[in-house]
Amino acid sequence: MADKKILISPVTRIEGHAQITIHLNDDDTVKEANFKVTDFRGFEKFTENRPFYEMPSITSRACGICPVSHLLASAKACDQIVGVNPPKTAIKLRRLMHMGQLIQSHALNFFHLSSPDFLMGFDSNPLQRNIFGLIDKEPELAMRGIRLRKFGQDIIEKIAGKKIHSSEWVQPGGAKWPLTQERADYLRANLPEALDAAQKTLDMYKQMLDGLQEEVANFGSFPTYYMGLVTPDDGLEHYDGKLRIIDPTGATVVECVDPAKYQDFIGEAVEPWSYMKFPYFKNVGYPSGAYRVGPLARLNVASHCGTPLADEALKDFKKLGKNGPVQSTFHYHYARLIEVLFCIETSKRLLSDPDIQSENIRSKAFVNNPEGIGVTEAPRGTLIHHYKVDPQGMITWNNMVIATEHNNIAYNMAITQVAKKYVKARELQEGMLNRVEAVIRAFDPCLSCATHALGSVPLDIQLVASNGTLLDRKIRQH
Amino acid sequence: MNLHTLKLKIDGIDVECTEGSTILTAAKAIGINIPTLCYLDGLTPYGGCRLCIVEVSGTSKLFPACATPVASGMEVTTQSPKLYEYRKMVLETLLAERTHICAVCVANDHCELQALANQHGIDHVSYERNWSTNKIDSTHDSLVIDPNRCILCTRCIRVCDELEGVHTLDLKFRGKNADVIMDQDEPWVKACSCTSCRKCAKVCPVGAIYVEGENIETTKIPDVAAFIVERRKRLK
Repeated sequence: MADKKILISPVTRIEGHAQITIHLNDDDTVKEANFKVTDFRGFEKFTENRPFYEMPSITSRACGICPVSHLLASAKACDQIVGVNPPKTAIKLRRLMHMGQLIQSHALNFFHLSSPDFLMGFDSNPLQRNIFGLIDKEPELAMRGIRLRKFGQDIIEKIAGKKIHSSEWVQPGGAKWPLTQERADYLRANLPEALDAAQKTLDMYKQMLDGLQEEVANFGSFPTYYMGLVTPDDGLEHYDGKLRIIDPTGATVVECVDPAKYQDFIGEAVEPWSYMKFPYFKNVGYPSGAYRVGPLARLNVASHCGTPLADEALKDFKKLGKNGPVQSTFHYHYARLIEVLFCIETSKRLLSDPDIQSENIRSKAFVNNPEGIGVTEAPRGTLIHHYKVDPQGMITWNNMVIATEHNNIAYNMAITQVAKKYVKARELQEGMLNRVEAVIRAFDPCLSCATHALGSVPLDIQLVASNGTLLDRKIRQH
Repeated sequence: MNLHTLKLKIDGIDVECTEGSTILTAAKAIGINIPTLCYLDGLTPYGGCRLCIVEVSGTSKLFPACATPVASGMEVTTQSPKLYEYRKMVLETLLAERTHICAVCVANDHCELQALANQHGIDHVSYERNWSTNKIDSTHDSLVIDPNRCILCTRCIRVCDELEGVHTLDLKFRGKNADVIMDQDEPWVKACSCTSCRKCAKVCPVGAIYVEGENIETTKIPDVAAFIVERRKRLK
């Protein structure tokens, strides 16, 4: 009898359009699963012949969730094109703004998208298993999540004028306006509540973790390489620093002081069935050079966080890896909560910095270099913007390597693992589908970024036999 | 020369104004606002955008208020469903003609075309859009012209000619192929008559001419034309 295939399309509670196909063997066991991204946007093409300084504004439109990470990667590429170092206040304000971005994006993933699975159960009624169900069942927790996300968005708004697409503020060589006393005071006043919310959530999650051991063991738990930025003293880094890749045992295999040399060790493969590229570690090759990026990878590549509460939390987290990297994709959630704590502590430090309200925030220059590369750690992982310009500063070539793309090989490995564990029938059942989706959600992919593609995200899963017969198909909207 | 006082009605209101006034200035004097784009106080009226069209009783023809002198006994209507529809059509054709994407435009929230489109309830463009990809000139040290956002209002050309007095800017070609040029259609950096006074950027109603990296609120001061004219009168 022929092989069969299950297709989950579209995948829900993620950012972007996706489809999952599960291929079955003759005996109805799972052969493999594929994660397909079905949209295309073409930012790299339509930005050609636009002035380079418009790039932060245009490219950040790739995403409404993490526009700040795009803005900053783009601004850093533009800094290189004009060949200047922004004044230290501009760098500190950009860093603070990025902390706001990470807090709001991580809070969105944890509270709004993922926590309904842990708190209400993977097999619970999907009509209840969402942020509204959470508000009914755990109003205090839901409110904490909403307030925490608001704090992150407030940081962005107070610095740059708008919560989303505040692209006017970021400029090549720095920023457009300083942080006023009134706005800085507002943020300082809201720090204690945010810190309290982050600590309470982390404590709650750690207590829940004992009951989630099955998910920890089966949700994409496998060895891969990991990539992320680290500070010069190997600490957690999101804005600048050196790019590090570690192998599955935790040994450093690449340590690149200039992340702009990313092409030396990252290759990009293409598969005909998905619009999302498949980046791989060149030293190992495709597809075995799978690596992961994002919160889990960042905590794996860093030796410490650099803030007291996050460092304490990191010690406990590192124990899960038993002297090596923490390998379960499910622990992205844990890593995300530690990062939120780090971001709030770092925001506190930056807001008490005497330079933060200085008015010296921009170094001005014209086009001095034909090429610029900006690298940041977006909420979902390492984000690279790479531009080439003509002497008048018009874009002639643009390559954006998006955080979500780096994890592409790992997505396919993870959903295959989950499908092998939970899909055991020729018909699709709710709890089974949700677990397959949940592993994708743990990565927190942003497919609108990754394909630079537009749209809301429904779920489409198909079960297909090896002869191509569609055995079952479930389509869900949000 | 003695100027006669003329009597007319605008939107049913009796108005007295001097001979030689335009319908636009007469309406403005009694607080009636007629939408304009190419018109700017301090510059010679051009009558190009057709946004200030008004109805005059006794004829079915529509007149541009900025360039039509008042006449005795004239009865003018500045607001009507017909005028609203025509103005909306004018705005939509302007938006369709080139590549206007407010979200990533330097003039976003400070754009006269955008403001008028909002006032006229335009949330989409009915006509097929051209999506022009004309070459941007950023050769000047600070000034940039993006022809894809230009509405050919010629404010920049008039301010350069009439107030700065150098006439660096002008138009080439006609109709939809028209474009603003510098001197003999040269890159801006090579236009030796340009004094880099920035008045063109100050009066541009959209994001076509701007100062790179400068806050748009700082750049866009269209009142500068009327201010200069007034100052020069006083200096005389």
